[in-house]
Amino acid sequence: MAKHKEDLHQEFIKGIWRDNPVFVQVLGMCPMLAVTNTAVNALAMGAATFFVLVGSSFLVSSLRLWIPRQVRISTYIIIIATFVTVTDFTLEALVPKIHKELGAFIPLIVVNCMILGRQEAFASRNSVRLAVMDALGMAAGFLFALLSLGTVREILGEGKLFGFSLFGPDFEPWVIMILPPGGFLTLGLLLLFFSWVKERKQRLEQRLTQLESEAQ
Amino acid sequence: MSSSRNTHVGKGDPGSLKLIATLSFAGLLSGLIIVLAYETTLPTITAYKAKVLEEAVFKVLPGVTSMQRLVYRDRALTVNDQVQKGDEAIFSGFDASGRLVGYAIPGAGPGFQDTIRLLYGYIPEQRKISGMEILESRETPGLGDKIYKDPAFVANFESLSVDPEIRAIKKGKPKAASDIDAITGATISSKAVVRIINEANRLWLPRLEQASGPEAER
Repeated sequence: MAKHKEDLHQEFIKGIWRDNPVFVQVLGMCPMLAVTNTAVNALAMGAATFFVLVGSSFLVSSLRLWIPRQVRISTYIIIIATFVTVTDFTLEALVPKIHKELGAFIPLIVVNCMILGRQEAFASRNSVRLAVMDALGMAAGFLFALLSLGTVREILGEGKLFGFSLFGPDFEPWVIMILPPGGFLTLGLLLLFFSWVKERKQRLEQRLTQLESEAQ
Repeated sequence: MSSSRNTHVGKGDPGSLKLIATLSFAGLLSGLIIVLAYETTLPTITAYKAKVLEEAVFKVLPGVTSMQRLVYRDRALTVNDQVQKGDEAIFSGFDASGRLVGYAIPGAGPGFQDTIRLLYGYIPEQRKISGMEILESRETPGLGDKIYKDPAFVANFESLSVDPEIRAIKKGKPKAASDIDAITGATISSKAVVRIINEANRLWLPRLEQASGPEAER
């Protein structure tokens, strides 16, 4: 029982850190670069993807015994596209301003490879509980990545965070940060940072085992 | 990624009938859900769009307290509140005493990235533009989006002569009454706005003059 619980926990945690869809798997780059010019846009995009991924994983996993192998990809796409379309209409009705800013990138969630990837690699082979935990973790990881990029770019590019001015009127915004090159730049630096952290951790562990064996 | 072994369902191959049935069922269900979502959200979305347009009319025509929708058909302007596809419509604005102040004219055209849709106020007595509001645009954030985010650019259109023709001029150059300051770094977006207004002027100003007989008055 305890092991089972740990499994669920593991499936959730891995998406946020160890297997983060953006920083580790480098998936879903298109929305990652395109709509992270402000933190609010990043948040809305993350939330929309969250809903689509969790909903699709739940459905795909519950229907996994009924979907014939030969048409599974088409069925996954139909499921994902339905969730995306519903999200699109809902956002337009509830938060029209943000919907306008995100533009074409909401419909493009359909082709986010991270989502289809999770269906094929995980949801279609695991129980509903595991699939939902996995989806929650991956979606949270994606949201976290979008938000880190959006925050950095908005602070440097506009001197604001969530629309509030941070540095007063004398701040000269670093305009390139909210343009596409700024997206690549920030993403590159963040990837660098994450691999550095990973490498450092590995080296520490190596060192630890070394010390232990020396002590013996 | 996927192994050649049959890790999914597969005890033997399902017949093609089953494959077709599965996909048809998924498509049908998906269609139903989408239509349901569309129907549920449509009233909110239409209401919001109408509200945005109405607010824009009052913004571009200062001093206006009531408005009418006019449709150009058979070389005449008639009051018509029924929105129909393909309508060529403008809005007339009246002040508190019921006097005609001016018209709000919509325009659209290509911007730097996508179609820009805007609305501007026109005061026939002075042959002047009284304000401009961008309704829809996907201009570059930080540069092109200054066509609605930069108050200094928007203020250009607050009392702008339409004769002979509006031009976007670099900041600091001498200007006529019909010239505006282009945004530094977003010349294409600024010029697009100017071009859209000029085109709408060429289309509507003759029509307004021609119709400024009895029909246009209340």
